[in-house]
Amino acid sequence: MTLLVAEHLRKQFGGVIATDDVGLTVDDGEIHAVIGPNGAGKTTLIAQLAGELEPDAGRISFGGTDVTRRPVHERSQLGLARSFQITSIFRDFTVIDNAALAVQAHRGSSFHFWRNARRDPQLREPAREALAAVGLGGRADAVAGELAHGEQRQLEIAMALATRPKLLLLDEPMAGMGREDGERMVGLLRGLKAGHGVLLVEHDMDAVFALADRITVLVYGRVIASGSPHAIRNDPRVIEAYLGDTEAAPA
Amino acid sequence: MRRSVAAVVLALVVALLVAVPLLARALDQPFYVTLFGRIMIWAIAALSLNLILGYGGMVSFGHAAYLGVGVYTVGILSAHGIENGYVQWPLAIAASALVALGVGAVSLRTSGVYFIMITLAFAQMLYFLGVSLKAYGGDDGMTLAARSQFGHWLDLENSVVFYYLVLAVLLAFHALAARVVNARFGLVVQGVRVNERRMRAIGFPTFRYKLAAFVIAGAMCGVAGVLLVNFTKYVSPAFMHWTRSGEIMVMVILGGMGTRLGPALGAAVFLLLEEVLSGYTEYWALFLGPVLIVIVLFARRGLAGIFEPARSSPAPES
Repeated sequence: MTLLVAEHLRKQFGGVIATDDVGLTVDDGEIHAVIGPNGAGKTTLIAQLAGELEPDAGRISFGGTDVTRRPVHERSQLGLARSFQITSIFRDFTVIDNAALAVQAHRGSSFHFWRNARRDPQLREPAREALAAVGLGGRADAVAGELAHGEQRQLEIAMALATRPKLLLLDEPMAGMGREDGERMVGLLRGLKAGHGVLLVEHDMDAVFALADRITVLVYGRVIASGSPHAIRNDPRVIEAYLGDTEAAPA
Repeated sequence: MRRSVAAVVLALVVALLVAVPLLARALDQPFYVTLFGRIMIWAIAALSLNLILGYGGMVSFGHAAYLGVGVYTVGILSAHGIENGYVQWPLAIAASALVALGVGAVSLRTSGVYFIMITLAFAQMLYFLGVSLKAYGGDDGMTLAARSQFGHWLDLENSVVFYYLVLAVLLAFHALAARVVNARFGLVVQGVRVNERRMRAIGFPTFRYKLAAFVIAGAMCGVAGVLLVNFTKYVSPAFMHWTRSGEIMVMVILGGMGTRLGPALGAAVFLLLEEVLSGYTEYWALFLGPVLIVIVLFARRGLAGIFEPARSSPAPES
């Protein structure tokens, strides 16, 4: 089943066309990776899909609903979750509070003024499950800002999962990770396929080729190729554009 | 450990406040009832600002406006002979909430310096509106004939009765605030302070929660205004001047933003410093400045931070 459809997306910043007629789909149960050199417009694309940026043209539909003009929080309510390239957690809060807040956003109204939300099992138990799913079960009571970098990246995913999404937009989940943390993250992401669609933006090519069912290659805001990992690996345009761009980049 | 220290401090403060009228009578110093009554009224104002400034991170620089709306609603009704407290008080609180709703609906669309400036501008508009109300004293202000009438069971003209009413309101608001900040609503407001972008990404429509917090704080500050006008029996635009807003903010920062006891402690320290130092010099604020600088530089959680546990400390769990 196709969850997300983006068609003819276009976004321009002054003279720079960051997204140029981009179309892609993400199905339930698949990992669709978006790769490309720095400045290819990957994060701009994610921001449009998540609702933080409004495209200048084009259409985004999610689960059959046109969400092109819907704000971020409404898309989240429909089941579209994202994680951030630069860790974006509630640093002052405990780890479990971070996840519980994400649960709370999807469990009834938050206009409750009296009952202690930190003692509400309806919020705490799903939060614990989300933490356990990413391997942070033992760190629930730590202060989020004091976690190690790899753990903060895991918490990013846990918060997205705690919203019970249908689709995850993951913006470089492995950014800044060492090899060991990276391998653990690959295992975690592989496990997410069951029950979620995943749009994965990632620089780590080993991880991308190990995980992705489909790969779309973005260069200067344009899709230059899209297909199976095998096809992408052997696509001369991809090899040329990707390598060429790296070599042409000024030192 | 610190949690229990905070509980002991709270108990001591409450015991002291309960004892003030008795001590004042024993020492034949009725002045203390007035002094601590005034401190508690400003503590209520500071408590309300702390909800949005300390917990919500909304730097409202016009909080005295809601105090002023409470003051003027009671004053204007009283000037027209309506002295019934059951009419005055609900109308005054509703008026403060309504003004906060209007100001919040506009200003919360901005953030940072723009938010500070817009809230300040709205408050100054209300200040000049007060100045222009010649029928109600204009610049000079206006004296009230009597305090709000609640019937024989609650005689506000009796200064000790009035004192205990103020204390009851302060304690009720303190308890309410302590519940709210740990309830679902309070966690959302704090989440917005820490990372509003992420709050939207996980599915919260943040604007409506910020606006609700802003209105609640405005209404609570309106109650402080109602108490203040009954306390002074005097209506004046000076209550809404931007320096008043600044003073409430200083009380919150001095006592500790986002702490439970901070606002009340800040109000007490601020007004006691003023009381003592203004006996020596009219430039007493010269001494307040360095104190504030030290607090901001070395004790971000203010005076209450000395004994109150940080909010990020692991909370007791189900």
